[in-house]
Amino acid sequence: MQNITENISTEQRMIDLFKGNIDLIRGNEPESISLLRQKAIETVKTKGFPDITTENWRFTDLDPLLRTVYDFDFTNQSRPFDIEKIFSCDVYDLDTFSVTLLNGWFVYQNAPLTTLKNGTIIGSLSKAMEVYPELVSKYLGKIAPLEQPGLTALNTAFFQDGLFIYVPEDVKVDKPIQLINIVNSERPVMFQPRHLIIQEKDSQLTLVHCDHSLTHNISFTNSVSEAFLAKNAELDFYKIQNKGHNSAVINSSFFSQKQHSKLTSSALTLNGGFTKNIVYSLLEEPECNATHNGLYLVDSNQHVDNQLEVDHAAPNCTSEQLYKGILDDEATAVFSGKIMVRRDAQKTLAYQNNKNILLTDDAKANTQPQLEIYADDVKCSHGATVGQLDQEAMFYLRSRGLNERAARQLLMYAFAAEVVRRISIEPLKERIDHLVEKRLKGELSICDQCMLHCNTKEPTVFNIDVSKL
Amino acid sequence: MAEDKNNDILDELTSAEYKYGFYTDMEMDQAPKGLNEDTIRFISARKNEPEFMLEFRLKAFRHWQTMKEPKWAHVHYPPIDFQDIIYYSAPRKKPQYESLDEVDPELLETFEKLGIPLEEQKMLAGVAVDAVMDSVSVATTFRETLAEKGIIFCSFSEAVQKHPELIKKYMGSVVPYTDNYYAALNSAVFSDGSFCYIPKGVRCPLELSTYFRINAANTGQFERTLIVAEEGSYVSYMEGCTAPMRDENQLHAAIVEIVAMKDAEVKYSTVQNWWPGDKKGRGGVYNFVTKRGICEGENSKISWTQVETGSAITWKYPSVVLLGDNSKGEFYSVAVTNNMQQADTGTKMIHLGKNTRSTIISKGISAGQSNNSYRGLVKSSRRAENARNFSQCDSLLLGDKCGAHTFPYVEVGNKSTIVEHEATTSKISEDQLFYCLQRGMDMEAAIGLIVNGYAKEVLNKLPMEFAVEAQKLLSISLEGSVG
Repeated sequence: MQNITENISTEQRMIDLFKGNIDLIRGNEPESISLLRQKAIETVKTKGFPDITTENWRFTDLDPLLRTVYDFDFTNQSRPFDIEKIFSCDVYDLDTFSVTLLNGWFVYQNAPLTTLKNGTIIGSLSKAMEVYPELVSKYLGKIAPLEQPGLTALNTAFFQDGLFIYVPEDVKVDKPIQLINIVNSERPVMFQPRHLIIQEKDSQLTLVHCDHSLTHNISFTNSVSEAFLAKNAELDFYKIQNKGHNSAVINSSFFSQKQHSKLTSSALTLNGGFTKNIVYSLLEEPECNATHNGLYLVDSNQHVDNQLEVDHAAPNCTSEQLYKGILDDEATAVFSGKIMVRRDAQKTLAYQNNKNILLTDDAKANTQPQLEIYADDVKCSHGATVGQLDQEAMFYLRSRGLNERAARQLLMYAFAAEVVRRISIEPLKERIDHLVEKRLKGELSICDQCMLHCNTKEPTVFNIDVSKL
Repeated sequence: MAEDKNNDILDELTSAEYKYGFYTDMEMDQAPKGLNEDTIRFISARKNEPEFMLEFRLKAFRHWQTMKEPKWAHVHYPPIDFQDIIYYSAPRKKPQYESLDEVDPELLETFEKLGIPLEEQKMLAGVAVDAVMDSVSVATTFRETLAEKGIIFCSFSEAVQKHPELIKKYMGSVVPYTDNYYAALNSAVFSDGSFCYIPKGVRCPLELSTYFRINAANTGQFERTLIVAEEGSYVSYMEGCTAPMRDENQLHAAIVEIVAMKDAEVKYSTVQNWWPGDKKGRGGVYNFVTKRGICEGENSKISWTQVETGSAITWKYPSVVLLGDNSKGEFYSVAVTNNMQQADTGTKMIHLGKNTRSTIISKGISAGQSNNSYRGLVKSSRRAENARNFSQCDSLLLGDKCGAHTFPYVEVGNKSTIVEHEATTSKISEDQLFYCLQRGMDMEAAIGLIVNGYAKEVLNKLPMEFAVEAQKLLSISLEGSVG
């Protein structure tokens, strides 16, 4: 463990890094963003990072992750190149407009910013800060909280690049936009990608955000996304995580919804060493709808943590959360979902459900569905279950001649299908369906999709002590 | 128009006055204000305690000094000055109960106002009452009946004198003094409480009950109750409290410990109605209580039933540690908050043994500007095979300024455990109201009926004698003069 330094605190190390590389980090950004960074680094200084005494981090210990000394790429190492040489999406018939981030930096063939015929702008955030400084300053950092201890402040201080999407009024982007986030590094690295999605009135967008790793090396991705949905806008947001066991991902997504907008977000975690998805969804104006789905299938010593807050700040909004997980081996899963209904948010309808199946005695599930309600004319409910497969259903299938293994797989498949069915992109649904099926049959491991095809199929040991989580 | 009327009625309903606000003027023997080792030595000496008790208190106090006040509960209150509290006060006249005539008449009057005339209760209800008034037990009845069966039911201080071996063995075994801030405080300064011991195979013929009262101004009440049920025994224990109206906040930090051996069953029922403070949130009792039972032996069962209507702030989680295989834990709760009251209450079910079962039914009712939170933990350890839990937490909101919150924690560490949790929050159903109204009931009666029906599932679990009082309390808390 030569990577661990005991003498100097992580906060201080980050602050020193920030001070030492301030010019590189800033680049050509507008003044307001630099001010934001200053504020963020102050938070890192004063509030530090969450530890296991912080309510939302009780079961997810960041300490081993933070103590590792990572490399930072303050300059874009990647040159324009053909991404398809090293990576191709395995959802073959998915027709998307695809963009790639390699080690946190935007990879482009022609230009860093593309304007589609309908006026939609897609491209690198770092370039967008140069070209559209006013637009970026108007939205960036407006919903991601800076004052809380945590990794959002760290990202705000350090981010340099990421995805930028602007959808003008009345535009319906017909092709899904696919963001592929690839990690490929020989050294332990930390990335802080930042994504900004701005949707004007009556616009529609589908975004598929995939996280992949190409090596078994240690990496730590701390990404923050902010999405702003204006009146009547619709966003369909998918997050698919299929990473190596040595990778750690903390994905924070913040959604702000104006009147009558509609958000569907799905977090599908198929593989990943250490995953924490933080979702904050603010229903700012009346008649919004937010649906959050999640599925996690984890095994070995993987750890997945879904932290979710739906904040009803206006009346007549509806929201739904459905998170399901199957845990094998020594995997641990945490779910903490919160429905907050503020005083004025009358006529709120909000539902929340978290279901877990444990396949072994070493797997652990911790779930905290929470309701915090300050308005009286509401209907809110939540449920959580942890258990095993239904014995009666099992008996039914067995009595019809299925062997135990087949019956188990069928039931697990059906369990996951409730979430998979909700995917609205047909090819993606089929692909996920197929992946889930393979995964449950035990035919799928990270190596199957790894592009490196290295000789060892041995799972590498994850050097973060997950037993302490 | 109709809305206005509804609001008026809601206002009326939510502005019920506290009926048990009176104050008995008796001479008190008090410890000096403040908390230090001398206070603890004073309490211990005054109670003529053996050495091991003083040591226990001092250890607890030293530990307490290293702890910080917990801040995680969903309640807000000004900081408590622990040096501004009188930690011991006892009625100076220690009554000798040859006959009731010798009892301080003022005390008897107090009991009458509370609706528990000792005579009548003795005769009619068949209930043995160990009334705790400002920390010292002043009345114990039906002792003989119980003694015949070998049951020990006495004040805690008496048990310390007469049964030190039992106290030594069980005190702190369920709630150690290191458990939490208020448990440490209680362990250091507790003044009295009840002790109950049911020998092997004995089924306690009476519902045991204790009434707690907070009486003198500025005295914290620190009781400690210990119930030990030996193999195959059964006891139903009832605890009820009403407190007189006071201006300053009073701190109540009690500990209840229950030990259930193999095949034993303990049923603990509480009706809590400490003074909740006035409509503006002035005054009221801070109720920071640690209640925990342990199902030590196989097939044992502990059941908590509570009706919480009082206190300015409630911070209370009656818990069960299910250690023995096949043991059972139950928690039934109705919590009503009104005006500025804040309640953060719930339970913890810790499954350690195989085939352990637990049930949680919690009903929260919030009115006025109050906040009512359910906070509960269901934990199943790795070796708790086939553990089973069912939790249901419902909240009812009356009025648009109150809050209802649910914070359940589910932690499961093995594959055969099944945990189910569900919760709903809603206001009174318009359909139900409409149904009642169009059958000629007025709004107040209709709301009363619906609320009572809503809480019925829990009220049904109370012993009969208590169920009546609990329904009255619900009425007083919500229905005002209507009830």
